[in-house]
Amino acid sequence: MTRRLVAKVAAVAVTAFARVVTGVRPNWVGVLPAPGPRVYFANHASHGDFVLIWTVLPPALRRRTRPVAGADYWQKDRVRRFLGRDVFDAVLIERGRAARSADPVGRMTAAVDDGSSLILFPEGTRNMTEAPLLPFKAGLFHVAAQRPDADLVPVWIENLNRVMPKGAFLPVPLLCTVTFGAPLRLEPGETKAAFLARAEAALLALAPPATAARAARPTLSPTRPANTP
Amino acid sequence: MTDDPTLTLFAGIGAVLVVASLIGAVLAWRAGDTPNPAIENLNARIKAWWVMVAAIGLAFLAGKAGVILLFAFASFAALREFLTLTDTRRTDHLALSLSFFVVLPVQYYLIWIEWYGLYSIFVPVWVFLLLPIVVAVRGDTRDFMERVAEIQWGLMICVFCLSHVPALLTLEIAGFDGRELLLIAFLVIVVQISDVLQYVWGKLLGRRKVAPSLSPSKTWEGLVGGVASAVAIGAGLWWITPFSPLEAAFMALVITLMGFFGGLVMSAIKRDRGVKDWGRMIEGHGGMLDRLDSVVFAAPIFFHLVRYGS
Repeated sequence: MTRRLVAKVAAVAVTAFARVVTGVRPNWVGVLPAPGPRVYFANHASHGDFVLIWTVLPPALRRRTRPVAGADYWQKDRVRRFLGRDVFDAVLIERGRAARSADPVGRMTAAVDDGSSLILFPEGTRNMTEAPLLPFKAGLFHVAAQRPDADLVPVWIENLNRVMPKGAFLPVPLLCTVTFGAPLRLEPGETKAAFLARAEAALLALAPPATAARAARPTLSPTRPANTP
Repeated sequence: MTDDPTLTLFAGIGAVLVVASLIGAVLAWRAGDTPNPAIENLNARIKAWWVMVAAIGLAFLAGKAGVILLFAFASFAALREFLTLTDTRRTDHLALSLSFFVVLPVQYYLIWIEWYGLYSIFVPVWVFLLLPIVVAVRGDTRDFMERVAEIQWGLMICVFCLSHVPALLTLEIAGFDGRELLLIAFLVIVVQISDVLQYVWGKLLGRRKVAPSLSPSKTWEGLVGGVASAVAIGAGLWWITPFSPLEAAFMALVITLMGFFGGLVMSAIKRDRGVKDWGRMIEGHGGMLDRLDSVVFAAPIFFHLVRYGS
Protein backbone atom coordinates (compact mmCIF):
# COMPACT_ATOMS: atom_id res chain seq x y z
CA MET A 1 0.00 0.00 0.00
CA THR A 2 2.57 2.59 1.09
CA ARG A 3 4.87 1.22 -1.59
CA ARG A 4 2.26 1.95 -4.27
CA LEU A 5 1.69 5.41 -2.86
CA VAL A 6 5.41 6.18 -2.81
CA ALA A 7 5.66 4.90 -6.38
CA LYS A 8 2.85 7.22 -7.48
CA VAL A 9 4.44 10.22 -5.78
CA ALA A 10 7.78 9.31 -7.30
CA ALA A 11 6.21 9.13 -10.77
CA VAL A 12 4.72 12.60 -10.38
CA ALA A 13 8.03 13.94 -9.06
CA VAL A 14 10.04 12.43 -11.92
CA THR A 15 7.77 13.83 -14.64
CA ALA A 16 7.60 17.25 -12.94
CA PHE A 17 11.39 17.33 -12.69
CA ALA A 18 11.72 16.37 -16.37
CA ARG A 19 9.34 19.16 -17.31
CA VAL A 20 11.17 21.81 -15.28
CA VAL A 21 14.64 20.88 -16.49
CA THR A 22 13.87 20.32 -20.17
CA GLY A 23 10.70 22.34 -20.80
CA VAL A 24 9.75 19.31 -22.90
CA ARG A 25 6.97 19.68 -25.47
CA PRO A 26 5.37 16.95 -27.58
CA ASN A 27 4.94 17.31 -31.36
CA TRP A 28 2.18 14.94 -32.45
CA VAL A 29 3.12 15.13 -36.13
CA GLY A 30 2.06 11.81 -37.63
CA VAL A 31 -0.26 10.46 -34.98
CA LEU A 32 -2.44 11.63 -32.08
CA PRO A 33 -2.23 10.33 -28.52
CA ALA A 34 -4.46 7.25 -28.30
CA PRO A 35 -4.48 4.01 -26.35
CA GLY A 36 -2.56 1.14 -27.86
CA PRO A 37 -1.46 -1.32 -28.39
CA ARG A 38 1.42 0.78 -29.62
CA VAL A 39 5.15 0.35 -29.68
CA TYR A 40 6.86 3.73 -29.43
CA PHE A 41 10.36 3.28 -30.82
CA ALA A 42 12.82 6.10 -30.21
CA ASN A 43 16.41 7.21 -30.58
CA HIS A 44 18.44 6.58 -27.44
CA ALA A 45 21.20 8.85 -26.20
CA SER A 46 20.44 9.33 -22.51
CA HIS A 47 19.13 7.38 -19.51
CA GLY A 48 16.32 9.93 -19.31
CA ASP A 49 14.93 9.18 -22.78
CA PHE A 50 11.96 7.09 -21.77
CA VAL A 51 11.14 9.46 -18.91
CA LEU A 52 10.76 12.22 -21.48
CA ILE A 53 8.38 10.18 -23.65
CA TRP A 54 6.50 9.15 -20.56
CA THR A 55 6.26 12.78 -19.42
CA VAL A 56 4.63 14.05 -22.61
CA LEU A 57 2.07 11.22 -22.82
CA PRO A 58 -1.34 12.09 -21.39
CA PRO A 59 -1.55 10.63 -17.82
CA ALA A 60 -4.17 8.06 -18.77
CA LEU A 61 -1.89 6.64 -21.49
CA ARG A 62 1.22 6.97 -19.34
CA ARG A 63 -0.04 4.36 -16.89
CA ARG A 64 -0.50 1.85 -19.71
CA THR A 65 2.87 2.55 -21.37
CA ARG A 66 5.84 0.49 -20.23
CA PRO A 67 9.47 1.08 -21.14
CA VAL A 68 11.51 -1.89 -22.34
CA ALA A 69 14.80 -1.73 -20.47
CA GLY A 70 17.91 -3.72 -19.74
CA ALA A 71 17.54 -5.89 -16.65
CA ASP A 72 21.24 -5.54 -15.82
CA TYR A 73 20.83 -1.80 -15.32
CA TRP A 74 17.50 -1.73 -13.50
CA GLN A 75 18.25 -4.55 -11.08
CA LYS A 76 21.58 -3.24 -9.89
CA ASP A 77 20.43 -1.78 -6.55
CA ARG A 78 17.32 -1.25 -4.44
CA VAL A 79 16.56 2.27 -5.69
CA ARG A 80 16.76 1.22 -9.34
CA ARG A 81 14.71 -1.91 -8.67
CA PHE A 82 12.02 0.25 -7.05
CA LEU A 83 12.08 2.78 -9.90
CA GLY A 84 12.14 0.15 -12.63
CA ARG A 85 9.46 -2.14 -11.22
CA ASP A 86 7.15 0.03 -9.14
CA VAL A 87 7.42 3.49 -10.70
CA PHE A 88 7.95 2.84 -14.41
CA ASP A 89 6.65 -0.75 -14.49
CA ALA A 90 9.45 -1.54 -16.95
CA VAL A 91 9.50 -4.65 -19.11
CA LEU A 92 12.94 -5.90 -18.13
CA ILE A 93 14.87 -7.91 -20.66
CA GLU A 94 18.25 -9.58 -20.38
CA ARG A 95 20.63 -8.19 -22.92
CA GLY A 96 23.46 -10.74 -22.88
CA ARG A 97 22.51 -13.55 -25.25
CA ALA A 98 24.46 -16.13 -23.25
CA ALA A 99 22.99 -15.43 -19.81
CA ARG A 100 19.41 -15.15 -21.04
CA SER A 101 16.78 -17.06 -19.10
CA ALA A 102 13.70 -15.64 -20.86
CA ASP A 103 13.05 -14.67 -24.46
CA PRO A 104 12.99 -10.83 -24.67
CA VAL A 105 10.54 -10.75 -27.58
CA GLY A 106 8.22 -13.02 -25.61
CA ARG A 107 8.29 -10.56 -22.68
CA MET A 108 7.39 -7.69 -25.00
CA THR A 109 4.56 -9.49 -26.80
CA ALA A 110 3.17 -10.63 -23.44
CA ALA A 111 3.03 -6.99 -22.30
CA VAL A 112 1.30 -6.01 -25.56
CA ASP A 113 -1.22 -8.83 -25.03
CA ASP A 114 -1.89 -7.36 -21.59
CA GLY A 115 -3.07 -4.17 -23.29
CA SER A 116 0.08 -2.19 -22.55
CA SER A 117 1.94 0.00 -24.98
CA LEU A 118 5.73 -0.20 -25.07
CA ILE A 119 8.61 2.24 -25.28
CA LEU A 120 11.44 0.57 -27.14
CA PHE A 121 14.92 1.74 -28.07
CA PRO A 122 15.78 -0.39 -31.11
CA GLU A 123 19.40 0.77 -31.14
CA GLY A 124 19.80 -1.52 -28.12
CA THR A 125 22.15 0.79 -26.26
CA ARG A 126 22.78 4.50 -25.77
CA ASN A 127 24.22 6.16 -28.84
CA MET A 128 27.51 7.81 -27.88
CA THR A 129 28.67 8.42 -31.45
CA GLU A 130 28.36 11.39 -33.77
CA ALA A 131 25.95 9.45 -35.98
CA PRO A 132 22.29 10.30 -35.35
CA LEU A 133 21.29 6.63 -35.08
CA LEU A 134 22.98 3.28 -34.53
CA PRO A 135 21.82 0.31 -36.64
CA PHE A 136 18.59 -1.14 -35.25
CA LYS A 137 18.53 -4.51 -33.50
CA ALA A 138 16.04 -7.13 -34.63
CA GLY A 139 13.66 -6.91 -31.63
CA LEU A 140 11.41 -4.32 -33.26
CA PHE A 141 11.00 -6.54 -36.32
CA HIS A 142 10.09 -9.60 -34.25
CA VAL A 143 7.47 -7.68 -32.26
CA ALA A 144 6.05 -6.28 -35.52
CA ALA A 145 5.92 -9.78 -37.04
CA GLN A 146 4.32 -11.43 -34.02
CA ARG A 147 1.82 -8.66 -33.18
CA PRO A 148 0.84 -7.31 -36.63
CA ASP A 149 -2.04 -5.23 -35.26
CA ALA A 150 0.21 -3.13 -33.01
CA ASP A 151 1.08 0.34 -34.33
CA LEU A 152 4.80 1.04 -34.36
CA VAL A 153 5.21 4.77 -33.72
CA PRO A 154 8.59 6.40 -34.42
CA VAL A 155 9.54 8.94 -31.72
CA TRP A 156 12.41 11.39 -32.12
CA ILE A 157 13.83 12.79 -28.87
CA GLU A 158 15.72 16.00 -29.53
CA ASN A 159 18.37 17.53 -27.28
CA LEU A 160 18.24 15.34 -24.19
CA ASN A 161 21.76 14.12 -24.93
CA ARG A 162 22.85 17.76 -24.68
CA VAL A 163 20.95 18.35 -21.44
CA MET A 164 22.57 15.42 -19.71
CA PRO A 165 25.51 13.97 -21.63
CA LYS A 166 27.21 10.85 -20.34
CA GLY A 167 29.31 11.51 -17.26
CA ALA A 168 27.69 14.86 -16.45
CA PHE A 169 26.32 15.35 -12.93
CA LEU A 170 24.43 18.58 -13.58
CA PRO A 171 21.81 18.92 -16.33
CA VAL A 172 21.87 22.09 -18.43
CA PRO A 173 18.32 23.34 -18.96
CA LEU A 174 18.18 23.28 -22.76
CA LEU A 175 14.74 22.75 -24.29
CA CYS A 176 13.78 19.27 -25.48
CA THR A 177 11.11 18.16 -27.91
CA VAL A 178 9.56 14.75 -28.46
CA THR A 179 8.21 14.23 -31.99
CA PHE A 180 5.75 11.43 -32.76
CA GLY A 181 5.66 10.27 -36.40
CA ALA A 182 3.20 8.28 -38.47
CA PRO A 183 2.83 4.66 -37.32
CA LEU A 184 4.43 1.76 -39.20
CA ARG A 185 3.40 -1.86 -39.62
CA LEU A 186 5.17 -4.78 -41.19
CA GLU A 187 4.25 -5.02 -44.88
CA PRO A 188 3.32 -8.47 -46.22
CA GLY A 189 6.46 -10.23 -47.38
CA GLU A 190 8.77 -7.51 -46.09
CA THR A 191 12.18 -8.82 -45.07
CA LYS A 192 13.79 -8.08 -41.72
CA ALA A 193 16.48 -5.91 -43.29
CA ALA A 194 14.00 -3.95 -45.41
CA PHE A 195 11.68 -3.37 -42.46
CA LEU A 196 14.44 -2.23 -40.13
CA ALA A 197 15.80 0.13 -42.81
CA ARG A 198 12.32 1.59 -43.27
CA ALA A 199 11.90 2.02 -39.52
CA GLU A 200 15.29 3.75 -39.23
CA ALA A 201 14.42 6.10 -42.09
CA ALA A 202 11.01 6.89 -40.57
CA LEU A 203 12.65 7.78 -37.24
CA LEU A 204 15.43 9.84 -38.80
CA ALA A 205 12.91 11.78 -40.89
CA LEU A 206 11.56 13.25 -37.63
CA ALA A 207 14.90 14.79 -36.62
CA PRO A 208 14.97 18.58 -36.97
CA PRO A 209 16.85 19.94 -40.01
CA ALA A 210 19.80 21.13 -37.90
CA THR A 211 20.40 17.64 -36.53
CA ALA A 212 20.01 16.10 -39.96
CA ALA A 213 22.49 18.63 -41.38
CA ARG A 214 24.94 17.86 -38.59
CA ALA A 215 24.61 14.18 -39.43
CA ALA A 216 25.28 14.87 -43.10
CA ARG A 217 28.50 16.78 -42.44
CA PRO A 218 31.75 14.85 -42.78
CA THR A 219 32.59 13.32 -39.45
CA LEU A 220 35.69 14.25 -37.57
CA SER A 221 38.43 11.79 -38.13
CA PRO A 222 42.14 11.76 -37.40
CA THR A 223 42.74 12.06 -41.14
CA ARG A 224 41.21 15.52 -41.29
CA PRO A 225 44.12 17.57 -42.60
CA ALA A 226 43.36 20.70 -40.58
CA ASN A 227 43.98 18.76 -37.39
CA THR A 228 47.36 17.36 -38.27
CA PRO A 229 50.14 19.58 -36.99
CA MET B 1 -2.06 59.03 -4.02
CA THR B 2 -3.49 60.62 -7.14
CA ASP B 3 -0.30 62.46 -8.03
CA ASP B 4 1.72 59.25 -8.02
CA PRO B 5 2.75 58.83 -11.68
CA THR B 6 3.19 55.06 -11.30
CA LEU B 7 -0.45 54.57 -10.36
CA THR B 8 -1.63 56.92 -13.08
CA LEU B 9 0.52 55.04 -15.58
CA PHE B 10 -0.75 51.59 -14.61
CA ALA B 11 -4.33 52.85 -14.60
CA GLY B 12 -3.76 54.18 -18.11
CA ILE B 13 -2.22 50.90 -19.30
CA GLY B 14 -5.11 49.01 -17.72
CA ALA B 15 -7.59 51.22 -19.57
CA VAL B 16 -5.79 50.69 -22.89
CA LEU B 17 -5.80 46.92 -22.34
CA VAL B 18 -9.50 46.91 -21.42
CA VAL B 19 -10.26 48.78 -24.65
CA ALA B 20 -8.02 46.40 -26.62
CA SER B 21 -9.69 43.36 -25.04
CA LEU B 22 -13.14 44.77 -25.88
CA ILE B 23 -12.13 45.40 -29.49
CA GLY B 24 -10.71 41.88 -29.66
CA ALA B 25 -13.91 40.42 -28.22
CA VAL B 26 -16.11 42.36 -30.66
CA LEU B 27 -13.94 41.28 -33.61
CA ALA B 28 -14.08 37.65 -32.48
CA TRP B 29 -17.87 37.92 -32.03
CA ARG B 30 -18.31 39.44 -35.49
CA ALA B 31 -16.10 36.77 -37.06
CA GLY B 32 -18.47 34.21 -35.55
CA ASP B 33 -17.63 30.59 -36.27
CA THR B 34 -15.38 31.28 -39.28
CA PRO B 35 -11.84 30.85 -38.02
CA ASN B 36 -9.79 34.02 -38.51
CA PRO B 37 -6.10 33.58 -37.64
CA ALA B 38 -5.42 37.33 -37.54
CA ILE B 39 -8.10 37.91 -34.90
CA GLU B 40 -7.08 34.84 -32.91
CA ASN B 41 -3.49 36.06 -33.00
CA LEU B 42 -4.56 39.55 -31.87
CA ASN B 43 -6.53 38.16 -28.94
CA ALA B 44 -3.65 35.88 -27.99
CA ARG B 45 -1.32 38.89 -27.98
CA ILE B 46 -3.70 40.94 -25.87
CA LYS B 47 -3.82 38.10 -23.35
CA ALA B 48 -0.01 37.97 -23.35
CA TRP B 49 0.12 41.71 -22.60
CA TRP B 50 -2.21 41.30 -19.67
CA VAL B 51 0.16 38.66 -18.31
CA MET B 52 3.18 40.86 -19.03
CA VAL B 53 1.64 43.92 -17.36
CA ALA B 54 0.60 41.81 -14.37
CA ALA B 55 4.11 40.37 -14.04
CA ILE B 56 5.75 43.78 -14.28
CA GLY B 57 3.18 45.28 -11.93
CA LEU B 58 3.86 42.60 -9.30
CA ALA B 59 7.61 43.08 -9.75
CA PHE B 60 7.19 46.84 -9.28
CA LEU B 61 5.25 46.20 -6.06
CA ALA B 62 8.15 44.10 -4.81
CA GLY B 63 10.56 46.87 -5.78
CA LYS B 64 14.15 46.38 -6.87
CA ALA B 65 14.34 42.74 -5.77
CA GLY B 66 11.17 41.90 -7.68
CA VAL B 67 12.36 43.54 -10.88
CA ILE B 68 15.78 41.90 -10.71
CA LEU B 69 14.21 38.48 -10.11
CA LEU B 70 11.73 38.97 -12.95
CA PHE B 71 14.44 39.85 -15.45
CA ALA B 72 16.80 37.16 -14.18
CA PHE B 73 14.02 34.68 -14.89
CA ALA B 74 13.44 36.22 -18.33
CA SER B 75 17.19 35.94 -19.03
CA PHE B 76 17.13 32.30 -17.99
CA ALA B 77 14.20 31.50 -20.28
CA ALA B 78 15.77 33.46 -23.16
CA LEU B 79 19.18 31.85 -22.71
CA ARG B 80 17.80 28.34 -22.79
CA GLU B 81 15.91 29.15 -25.99
CA PHE B 82 19.02 30.66 -27.55
CA LEU B 83 21.45 27.92 -26.57
CA THR B 84 18.99 25.22 -27.59
CA LEU B 85 19.46 26.39 -31.18
CA THR B 86 23.26 26.48 -31.09
CA ASP B 87 25.64 23.81 -32.34
CA THR B 88 27.35 23.19 -29.04
CA ARG B 89 28.77 19.76 -28.40
CA ARG B 90 28.98 17.31 -25.55
CA THR B 91 32.35 18.75 -24.55
CA ASP B 92 30.74 22.17 -23.99
CA HIS B 93 28.69 20.88 -21.09
CA LEU B 94 30.80 22.63 -18.45
CA ALA B 95 30.74 25.93 -20.34
CA LEU B 96 26.95 25.68 -20.71
CA SER B 97 26.49 24.83 -17.03
CA LEU B 98 28.64 27.80 -16.04
CA SER B 99 26.60 30.06 -18.33
CA PHE B 100 23.33 29.13 -16.69
CA PHE B 101 24.37 28.62 -13.10
CA VAL B 102 27.26 31.06 -12.61
CA VAL B 103 27.36 33.82 -15.24
CA LEU B 104 23.64 34.59 -15.14
CA PRO B 105 23.28 34.77 -11.33
CA VAL B 106 26.54 36.69 -10.95
CA GLN B 107 25.48 39.31 -13.52
CA TYR B 108 22.18 39.92 -11.71
CA TYR B 109 23.88 39.89 -8.30
CA LEU B 110 26.26 42.60 -9.52
CA ILE B 111 23.24 44.66 -10.52
CA TRP B 112 21.66 44.01 -7.12
CA ILE B 113 24.74 45.41 -5.37
CA GLU B 114 24.86 48.18 -8.00
CA TRP B 115 28.51 47.59 -8.93
CA TYR B 116 28.46 49.40 -12.27
CA GLY B 117 32.22 49.01 -12.80
CA LEU B 118 31.90 45.23 -12.89
CA TYR B 119 28.42 44.46 -14.23
CA SER B 120 29.08 46.60 -17.30
CA ILE B 121 32.19 44.59 -18.24
CA PHE B 122 31.58 41.21 -16.61
CA VAL B 123 30.22 39.40 -19.69
CA PRO B 124 32.03 41.39 -22.43
CA VAL B 125 35.45 41.12 -20.75
CA TRP B 126 35.66 38.49 -18.02
CA VAL B 127 33.35 35.89 -19.50
CA PHE B 128 34.56 36.64 -23.02
CA LEU B 129 38.08 35.65 -21.98
CA LEU B 130 37.38 32.91 -19.43
CA LEU B 131 34.75 30.92 -21.33
CA PRO B 132 36.93 30.02 -24.35
CA ILE B 133 39.58 28.88 -21.87
CA VAL B 134 37.06 26.53 -20.25
CA VAL B 135 36.08 25.17 -23.67
CA ALA B 136 39.66 24.93 -24.98
CA VAL B 137 41.06 22.92 -22.07
CA ARG B 138 38.62 20.11 -22.93
CA GLY B 139 40.68 19.63 -26.10
CA ASP B 140 37.78 19.34 -28.55
CA THR B 141 38.74 21.62 -31.45
CA ARG B 142 35.96 20.82 -33.88
CA ASP B 143 34.00 24.00 -34.77
CA PHE B 144 35.76 25.66 -31.83
CA MET B 145 35.22 29.24 -33.01
CA GLU B 146 31.53 28.68 -33.78
CA ARG B 147 30.82 27.03 -30.45
CA VAL B 148 32.60 29.63 -28.35
CA ALA B 149 31.14 32.52 -30.35
CA GLU B 150 27.61 31.13 -30.09
CA ILE B 151 27.78 30.74 -26.33
CA GLN B 152 29.27 34.21 -25.92
CA TRP B 153 26.63 35.69 -28.21
CA GLY B 154 23.85 34.00 -26.28
CA LEU B 155 25.20 35.39 -23.01
CA MET B 156 25.60 38.89 -24.44
CA ILE B 157 22.06 38.96 -25.84
CA CYS B 158 20.13 37.07 -23.20
CA VAL B 159 22.02 37.97 -20.02
CA PHE B 160 24.16 41.07 -20.52
CA CYS B 161 21.81 43.11 -22.71
CA LEU B 162 18.62 42.10 -20.95
CA SER B 163 20.13 42.82 -17.52
CA HIS B 164 20.39 46.47 -18.56
CA VAL B 165 16.65 46.79 -18.01
CA PRO B 166 16.87 46.31 -14.20
CA ALA B 167 20.24 48.11 -14.29
CA LEU B 168 18.25 51.27 -14.98
CA LEU B 169 17.33 51.15 -11.29
CA THR B 170 20.96 51.73 -10.32
CA LEU B 171 21.22 55.06 -12.17
CA GLU B 172 21.40 58.15 -10.04
CA ILE B 173 19.46 60.91 -11.71
CA ALA B 174 19.25 64.30 -10.00
CA GLY B 175 15.69 65.10 -8.94
CA PHE B 176 14.40 61.65 -9.98
CA ASP B 177 15.09 59.74 -6.77
CA GLY B 178 12.82 56.80 -6.02
CA ARG B 179 11.15 56.89 -9.43
CA GLU B 180 13.69 54.82 -11.40
CA LEU B 181 11.11 52.09 -11.96
CA LEU B 182 9.36 54.47 -14.32
CA LEU B 183 12.38 54.41 -16.63
CA ILE B 184 11.79 50.68 -17.05
CA ALA B 185 8.12 51.32 -17.68
CA PHE B 186 9.02 53.94 -20.32
CA LEU B 187 11.42 51.58 -22.11
CA VAL B 188 9.09 48.59 -22.10
CA ILE B 189 6.01 50.58 -23.09
CA VAL B 190 7.73 52.36 -25.98
CA VAL B 191 9.25 49.11 -27.31
CA GLN B 192 6.02 47.13 -27.06
CA ILE B 193 3.83 49.94 -28.46
CA SER B 194 6.23 50.34 -31.35
CA ASP B 195 6.08 46.59 -32.09
CA VAL B 196 2.29 46.67 -32.05
CA LEU B 197 1.92 49.83 -34.09
CA GLN B 198 4.41 48.62 -36.69
CA TYR B 199 2.25 45.52 -36.99
CA VAL B 200 -0.96 47.56 -37.23
CA TRP B 201 0.39 50.10 -39.73
CA GLY B 202 1.93 47.28 -41.73
CA LYS B 203 -1.42 45.44 -41.87
CA LEU B 204 -3.24 48.64 -42.90
CA LEU B 205 -0.84 50.15 -45.44
CA GLY B 206 2.10 47.77 -45.78
CA ARG B 207 3.34 47.36 -49.36
CA ARG B 208 7.10 47.59 -49.65
CA LYS B 209 9.07 45.06 -47.63
CA VAL B 210 12.08 46.29 -45.67
CA ALA B 211 14.00 43.03 -45.65
CA PRO B 212 12.08 40.32 -47.52
CA SER B 213 14.78 37.72 -46.93
CA LEU B 214 14.66 38.26 -43.15
CA SER B 215 11.08 38.99 -42.26
CA PRO B 216 8.21 39.00 -44.74
CA SER B 217 5.93 40.92 -42.36
CA LYS B 218 8.09 44.03 -41.90
CA THR B 219 7.26 46.84 -44.34
CA TRP B 220 8.48 50.41 -44.79
CA GLU B 221 4.95 51.71 -44.22
CA GLY B 222 4.73 49.75 -40.98
CA LEU B 223 8.17 50.91 -39.89
CA VAL B 224 7.58 54.61 -40.54
CA GLY B 225 4.04 54.62 -39.18
CA GLY B 226 4.96 52.54 -36.14
CA VAL B 227 8.07 54.53 -35.27
CA ALA B 228 6.32 57.87 -35.76
CA SER B 229 3.37 56.94 -33.56
CA ALA B 230 5.60 55.29 -30.93
CA VAL B 231 7.76 58.42 -30.81
CA ALA B 232 4.63 60.54 -30.38
CA ILE B 233 3.45 58.30 -27.53
CA GLY B 234 6.95 58.32 -26.01
CA ALA B 235 7.00 62.10 -26.09
CA GLY B 236 3.55 62.14 -24.51
CA LEU B 237 4.92 60.05 -21.65
CA TRP B 238 7.61 62.62 -20.78
CA TRP B 239 5.92 63.26 -17.42
CA ILE B 240 6.92 59.81 -16.13
CA THR B 241 10.58 60.38 -17.14
CA PRO B 242 13.35 62.77 -16.13
CA PHE B 243 13.35 64.07 -19.72
CA SER B 244 11.78 67.07 -21.43
CA PRO B 245 9.16 66.21 -24.09
CA LEU B 246 11.77 66.69 -26.84
CA GLU B 247 14.31 64.47 -25.02
CA ALA B 248 11.60 61.86 -24.46
CA ALA B 249 10.83 61.89 -28.20
CA PHE B 250 14.52 61.43 -29.02
CA MET B 251 14.83 58.55 -26.54
CA ALA B 252 11.70 56.93 -27.98
CA LEU B 253 13.14 57.26 -31.49
CA VAL B 254 16.39 55.56 -30.48
CA ILE B 255 14.50 52.84 -28.60
CA THR B 256 12.14 52.06 -31.48
CA LEU B 257 14.90 52.00 -34.10
CA MET B 258 17.11 49.75 -31.98
CA GLY B 259 14.08 47.56 -31.29
CA PHE B 260 13.20 47.31 -34.98
CA PHE B 261 16.71 46.38 -36.09
CA GLY B 262 17.09 44.05 -33.11
CA GLY B 263 14.04 42.21 -34.37
CA LEU B 264 15.67 41.92 -37.80
CA VAL B 265 18.91 40.55 -36.35
CA MET B 266 17.06 37.95 -34.30
CA SER B 267 14.99 37.00 -37.37
CA ALA B 268 18.22 36.41 -39.28
CA ILE B 269 19.32 33.92 -36.62
CA LYS B 270 15.96 32.15 -36.65
CA ARG B 271 16.06 31.96 -40.46
CA ASP B 272 19.52 30.46 -40.37
CA ARG B 273 18.40 27.83 -37.86
CA GLY B 274 15.23 27.04 -39.79
CA VAL B 275 12.77 27.91 -37.02
CA LYS B 276 9.84 30.30 -36.95
CA ASP B 277 9.86 31.00 -33.23
CA TRP B 278 12.50 30.82 -30.52
CA GLY B 279 10.43 28.58 -28.35
CA ARG B 280 6.97 27.61 -27.22
CA MET B 281 6.98 28.92 -23.68
CA ILE B 282 3.37 30.01 -23.90
CA GLU B 283 1.40 27.95 -26.42
CA GLY B 284 0.77 30.02 -29.53
CA HIS B 285 2.95 32.97 -28.53
CA GLY B 286 6.41 31.74 -29.40
CA GLY B 287 9.13 31.95 -26.81
CA MET B 288 10.53 34.49 -24.40
CA LEU B 289 12.99 35.80 -27.01
CA ASP B 290 10.21 36.37 -29.52
CA ARG B 291 8.67 38.77 -27.03
CA LEU B 292 11.92 40.38 -25.90
CA ASP B 293 14.09 40.63 -29.02
CA SER B 294 13.47 44.36 -29.43
CA VAL B 295 13.84 45.11 -25.69
CA VAL B 296 17.19 43.32 -25.72
CA PHE B 297 18.63 45.60 -28.38
CA ALA B 298 17.14 48.80 -27.00
CA ALA B 299 17.96 48.36 -23.31
CA PRO B 300 21.77 48.87 -23.17
CA ILE B 301 21.66 51.85 -25.57
CA PHE B 302 18.85 53.48 -23.59
CA PHE B 303 20.74 52.76 -20.36
CA HIS B 304 23.94 54.43 -21.56
CA LEU B 305 22.15 57.42 -23.08
CA VAL B 306 20.32 58.05 -19.81
CA ARG B 307 23.52 57.54 -17.85
CA TYR B 308 25.46 59.90 -20.10
CA GLY B 309 22.76 62.54 -19.81
CA SER B 310 22.32 62.36 -16.05
